Amino acid sequence: MTPFSYQRPDSIDQAIALAGADSRYIAGGTNLLDLMKENVLQPRRLIDINGLPLHDIEETAGGGLMIGALVSNADLAWHPQIEQRYPLLAKAILAGASPQLRNMASTGGNLLQRTRCYYFYDTATPCNKREPGSGCPARDGRNRIHAILGASAACVAVHPSDMCVALAALEAQVHVDGPHGQRRIAIEDFHRLPGEHPERDNTLGAGELIVGIELPGEGYASHCAYLKLRDRASYAFALVSVAAALELDGKTIRRARIALGGVAHKPWRIEAAEELLCGKRAEQQCFATAAERLLQGAQPLADNAFKIELARRAIVRALSEAAGGTVR
Amino acid sequence: MNRAQSPLGQPLDRVDGPLKVRGQARYAAEFDVPGLLYGAVVSSAIARGRVLRIDSAATEALPGVHLVLSHLNRPPIASYDEPYEDADAAEGSPFRPLYNDRVLYSGQPLALVVAETQALARHAASLVHVEYAAESHQTDLQAVREQAHPAPAEVPPPRGDFEVAFNAAAHRVEGEYGTPVEHHNPMEPHASIVQYQPGGELLIHDKTQGVQNCQRYLEQVFGLQDRIRVLSPFVGGAFGSGLRPQYQLPLAVMAALALKASVRVELTRQQMFTFGYRPRSIQQLKLAADGEGRLQAVEHQAIGQTSRFEDFTEHEVEWSGMLYACDHVRLGYRLAPLDVYTPLDMRAPGATIGVYALECAMDELAHEVGIDPLELRLRNYSEINGNQGKRYSSKELRACYRQGAERFGWSRRPAQPRSLREGHELIGMGMATGVWEAMQMPASARACIDADGKLLVTSATADIGTGTYTAMTQIAADAMGLPMADVEFRLGDSSLPQAPLEGGSATVSSVGSAVQRACAGLRQKLLDAAQQSPASPFTGASPDAVEFIGGRMCLKATQHAVELKRIVEVSGALESEAHVEPGEQRQQWATATHSAVFVEVRVDEDLGTVNVSRVVSAIAAGRIVNPKTAGNQIVGGVVWGIGQALQEETLIDHRLGRYMNHNLAEYHIPVNADIPGIEVIFVEEHDSVVNELGSKGVGEIGIVGVAAAVANAIYNATGKRVRDLPITLDKLL
Repeated sequence: MTPFSYQRPDSIDQAIALAGADSRYIAGGTNLLDLMKENVLQPRRLIDINGLPLHDIEETAGGGLMIGALVSNADLAWHPQIEQRYPLLAKAILAGASPQLRNMASTGGNLLQRTRCYYFYDTATPCNKREPGSGCPARDGRNRIHAILGASAACVAVHPSDMCVALAALEAQVHVDGPHGQRRIAIEDFHRLPGEHPERDNTLGAGELIVGIELPGEGYASHCAYLKLRDRASYAFALVSVAAALELDGKTIRRARIALGGVAHKPWRIEAAEELLCGKRAEQQCFATAAERLLQGAQPLADNAFKIELARRAIVRALSEAAGGTVR
Repeated sequence: MNRAQSPLGQPLDRVDGPLKVRGQARYAAEFDVPGLLYGAVVSSAIARGRVLRIDSAATEALPGVHLVLSHLNRPPIASYDEPYEDADAAEGSPFRPLYNDRVLYSGQPLALVVAETQALARHAASLVHVEYAAESHQTDLQAVREQAHPAPAEVPPPRGDFEVAFNAAAHRVEGEYGTPVEHHNPMEPHASIVQYQPGGELLIHDKTQGVQNCQRYLEQVFGLQDRIRVLSPFVGGAFGSGLRPQYQLPLAVMAALALKASVRVELTRQQMFTFGYRPRSIQQLKLAADGEGRLQAVEHQAIGQTSRFEDFTEHEVEWSGMLYACDHVRLGYRLAPLDVYTPLDMRAPGATIGVYALECAMDELAHEVGIDPLELRLRNYSEINGNQGKRYSSKELRACYRQGAERFGWSRRPAQPRSLREGHELIGMGMATGVWEAMQMPASARACIDADGKLLVTSATADIGTGTYTAMTQIAADAMGLPMADVEFRLGDSSLPQAPLEGGSATVSSVGSAVQRACAGLRQKLLDAAQQSPASPFTGASPDAVEFIGGRMCLKATQHAVELKRIVEVSGALESEAHVEPGEQRQQWATATHSAVFVEVRVDEDLGTVNVSRVVSAIAAGRIVNPKTAGNQIVGGVVWGIGQALQEETLIDHRLGRYMNHNLAEYHIPVNADIPGIEVIFVEEHDSVVNELGSKGVGEIGIVGVAAAVANAIYNATGKRVRDLPITLDKLL
């Protein structure tokens, strides 16, 4: 670990004023510290934001919820409002990590998790995300866990978060503050595809700080499911995950939201696939059609072709479960 | 106290349990030493080549860095192979750390940075820049399988005529099975603290399964006879990874000698993937049977990977020549050298992968013949180890089959695959046999009793979490008729009486026998001492005429008794040391432990996820000294077997020649949520041949057969036969 200085500001303004090119904000540190120990990241200054007033969950004027960036993943998942109104989010959070990690990890930090690509973590190997221009050994190497959608020649990594997959389906807004003031970013636009610049996971500007996540009023509480497929029953990242949310009128689908995890550099959502479901009866046939649309253009690598078929089946299963009513 | 209350065979709590749960048990890296310096290892980034230059200018410029050690400036070490050959060495030329500029594998230690804190050492090590002349490498066993050479192992010679018998048989199956590289990954990383003593002697805390093995190795490699003492009182898991001295140990010694200071070297989790491991294997099985399922021909050919400098061998194919009765058997074992480190014994080495292949092939044969897999095993039951032509000293495998099947409910297994279903889940049941050697090695122990009636028993063995402290205390307490609380057992100190490596399930058998013999000697000395006092009622009594019960020595005939401490108050402390060699009676017999493992799985038909829902493991291992600690061993083995079947694999990028999932987030082993209820049955088995205790050891047998039982259950559930481990969900889609 490279030596660093450490500061703990009391206010958001102070924190932002401290930020610079070689600094990082730290909250739970569940990912950042691992990356620093392995010299994948070498910030010279850590700005500890745990003292900022971002620990609350409050109702918004629009009938949704505003989640402070420092609410822990555990507190968020077990919050009564989340359990009752946004069970999809609770399920997704509890499908990730371990109780110990969820106790430490923050809501804002969850959005900023780095990929679990083996090569990104090993400084003895090239990696365009870690060292732009050095190359991507994963593309022709060990890529069973890598992307089937939206990858580029430069990077085939996937985003590891479960929480973000649910946030994508729920159409959350990310509230940020920074040197140029406050703004909000649709979750859709927060994470980005790798393109030529895989070193950039998201669209945050320099020094910008996530202050909260806003959930809209609609939580699809009665018909949602989060299905995560992985190599063991707990404490493993998704090979494929599906957040499915339906608004039903009897058996007829009024609205559908589907997001995929483990398949791309960001939570994967295709509105056209969701529109295919609108007005249809909630049954296997149309679920399969939506799955086809979601996976359109999927490109397998040497070891991960199975993800396409797995995702197809997982989408159908998750939509079926959601249609059957949220399991509480 | 009567015999029925002997601690032997009781499910007692671990005697070291309170120390461990209170954090008072100190592990190798945890000793406070004044002036301790910390070493961090710089590992090779390439798999093969030469080191051209080690640029450590930035490192050495950091205040608090004391030394950058490499092949260029290390203290002198031995220049012949022999001094490096430890008690578990493979054939060949053992690895020499920091010996020269050659890079033999990715992850090889190339330098050690020594600094005043651990954090500084690690940071400083990251600033060392190594320039290489890389050469082309090969790490893929599959790519060089045709070039494999015969393993330098005593594989049993062919018997009968395999070819003719195989071709003439009514039923035949054949298949190729693959098992991946796995790493031991004990919870405690390997670490050594070398305490530099004023006279230049070295007092060393090391994580090891053999303190005397490490002591001898260091004496020979550094020419430091009689100046080294190695301590290892507690080991946080090892599973074979501590059988050979690992490189952090000689590195720490080099730094201590160079600086005349105390030095600690602890490996990172990533570096736990830079030495021994379970080798990848490719195994071909051919089985043939007559119409009733009687085995007519067995062939088991295995190819294993090894390093370019040593030929690592394990007992991989032998099991196929001894587990069942068959007259026509052909076994073969070859090795392919790669640009990797030498493999290393790992939990039931050889059997874990060899029996996996055999027991899956047996399941395939049962299906082919059309009989129940358990019935197939019973029809081929053998009282004789066919490799040796010797009868087993004891073999209660039939009882394992019977009791295990009953407890599991094997009779409810549907013969046809894919016939049990619940919702999306297909349910399947599978079974397999397990087998391991029942070994005994030469070992010594010393027993000493003081005037308080406290017994101290010592031997330079290890407790790697297996329960050695507890089992030896029980054996000694039983032998002396003392309560457990009056007995202390010490281990993990190279200055104690000689003991073998703790491995191969032989510690109770070997060290336990020495403890028993030392205690017998001590009983004789107590009797002798009692007879010294005038008018002793014991005068003239033979050892057979007395018994030791409840802290007292009693004349059987008159029940006249004296407290042991009264004898010692007069005589002064008494001591007896014993050395026990494996008994000659063993020569005429085959000795082995056996198990029958029954597994139920639930497989999601659409998604391929496998959930092991029930396991019953029935074990025949002679006398069980402590059913609680022995039960722990079996449960741990079963958990590992489930991991072997479904999850474990060290992934290599063959272009880089490097392991890629070298951390515990990406190297998957079972978590609690993967583990069902596991029932362990110890069947009664009496054995008067294996050793005086009649105890065979249980460290390995728990894992053997489990992966096959899981794979066979998956076949029963899905009709899919996956022969390459691990069986991840993609293989079942």
